[in-house]
Amino acid sequence: MKKALLTLAITASVVSLSGCNEPAAQGIEPKIFTDSLFAVMNADRTNYTKLVVKRLGPDGANVIKPHENWQDFDNGTLLPAQMFRAGSEAVAEVTSDFTYSLQSIWPINSQNAPKTPMEKEGLEFIAANPGQNFYGEETLGDKSYFTAVYPDVAVSDACTSCHNQHKDSPRTDFKLGDIMGGVVIRVPR
Amino acid sequence: MKQWLWGIWALITLGLGGYYGHTLLLAENKSALLIGQATHGHYQIELACSSCHTSAFGGGEVLQNACVDCHGDELKAAHDSHPRKKFTDPRNADLLQIIDARQCVSCHNEHQREQTHAMGVTLPDDYCYHCHKEVGQNRASHKDLPFDSCASAGCHNYHDNRALYEDFLVANAQGDWLKALNQLAEPNRSARNAQKHWPPLSNQANAQASAEQQAHAQITADWALSAHAQAQVSCVGCHNDGQGQWLAKPALAQCQSCHQDESAEFLQSKHGMRLAAGLTPMTPAHSDALAFHEQAQHSEQSCNSCHQPHRQDTRHAAASACLACHNDEHSANYWASPHGQITQQALDGQRPWSEAVTCATCHLPRVVTNKQGVTSNAAELAEANASGKNTAQVAVLHNQNITLRPNEKMLRPVCMSCHSLPFAIDALADEALLNNNFSGPPAVHVPSVDWAVERAK
Repeated sequence: MKKALLTLAITASVVSLSGCNEPAAQGIEPKIFTDSLFAVMNADRTNYTKLVVKRLGPDGANVIKPHENWQDFDNGTLLPAQMFRAGSEAVAEVTSDFTYSLQSIWPINSQNAPKTPMEKEGLEFIAANPGQNFYGEETLGDKSYFTAVYPDVAVSDACTSCHNQHKDSPRTDFKLGDIMGGVVIRVPR
Repeated sequence: MKQWLWGIWALITLGLGGYYGHTLLLAENKSALLIGQATHGHYQIELACSSCHTSAFGGGEVLQNACVDCHGDELKAAHDSHPRKKFTDPRNADLLQIIDARQCVSCHNEHQREQTHAMGVTLPDDYCYHCHKEVGQNRASHKDLPFDSCASAGCHNYHDNRALYEDFLVANAQGDWLKALNQLAEPNRSARNAQKHWPPLSNQANAQASAEQQAHAQITADWALSAHAQAQVSCVGCHNDGQGQWLAKPALAQCQSCHQDESAEFLQSKHGMRLAAGLTPMTPAHSDALAFHEQAQHSEQSCNSCHQPHRQDTRHAAASACLACHNDEHSANYWASPHGQITQQALDGQRPWSEAVTCATCHLPRVVTNKQGVTSNAAELAEANASGKNTAQVAVLHNQNITLRPNEKMLRPVCMSCHSLPFAIDALADEALLNNNFSGPPAVHVPSVDWAVERAK
């Protein structure tokens, strides 16, 4: 009987301690997570610009009217940047596990200029270092975030001509392939 | 402590608990629980606590959901410029510490009547400045403007900017102050949709119907000339309790069976919101916001208070019915105003009724709903009816909130059907002109159109 009890006690101890050496459950690294999100966002954004706006808009079949005030036209549709923001707002209604926004140090709408020091640092970094992304950590309110900033490149002359001609644009010499702004993705820590 | 002191304490506690418990759970009059008078928009239902406090459990989201349940659709239709979703990104954390724009109550705090000003706003009027201060620095036309003038000078609106955004101002900058009198002759959706689904009356009830018809020859004659007669809605259509029995006094439930949309809008309106909250009907006596005729103080608001039951005379419903109760300065000056005179001429047969500019033309307008919202523009109404689409039907809005306050909401759906945009913006910004019911040209000039045109050059 004693033996049986001893065996049971040892087994219980071993079982309860066996979890100690197990590595903590591995999640996706924030960088891989945000890189992957950006890949999807960027692909959708480019496709919308080239395959919808360019193809069906005034430069193509001319059946839709991409316009800043798209709601005022029966065939109005969102400009690529507005489409991107609409996606971001729709995502924010279903999850707070990540947020993303489109910003620029040359924004048409000043609300889309960098607001936090890290956004400013990130947007300036990607503008000065084409082809590179920016990663950092920041605290906003009482929460910490992993913050990634990715370059937003002019993929179509529709992007450059609109920004160069808009009366509120602070920069009017964008060329195809230029970095026009950045996508900021945040993941709460 | 002496035992008698404990006894008194227990009695007081039980007494207070019992009183408030009874008030909360059983009593019809819950005014003892009011922590302060509700705003002009909500005082009608301030004693229907559960209209907003839908649950005893939960935090701010309970109130937020209550706001959105009633006002969400209208905000969506108004292309709300500052929806909650624009503020949830953590990059706004600093700004949200100043104004938490994710919650309606941050700006519209209820039960604070003494610090509530225009549009139910309880914040100081410089609320735009906190997020948009760079505009005052960067735009020459906006330099030195007062901090509190953005939304109070007829230029901007926090939620509904459909008639105020720059491109729209530029596109509508030209034109005579009076374009043409709108011709509102299109028939309503309800005329097309009369549903004859009432159950047949029992023999006994049928006999009563015949007797009533013979006893009230004038009513029968009135009915014969009404829209109901034209749509083949007989006595039985309304005087029917739904079980085949004669109903002496039909009410909202009977009207609702054919006029679903109108009834739903009425229940959302200032006239019907008490009924929607399960309270007694609204009467002028409930109001402390507007002036009413003394003899109308206890006139209960229902379909029949504006629509005479057997005549269905929409001419009466469009102006004189309103003015039977409303007696504020704007209302009292109506018949002497240009709009009122046109209506009087139409009533006298000197011009077609379709040209009349009644109270309802502006506050309960005949509209069609399109992608841009609602419009009372005659050409668009005619086009909608010609299209034959059920989704594009002409109907009279029965919720006056859609075209009421802030009055810039009226520009596109109502004012611009007859007037140019710059004239209408000026007129709506002129307090004296609002009071005299637009008798004369605007004495105020809002420079927003000029500035927009200048920048577009």
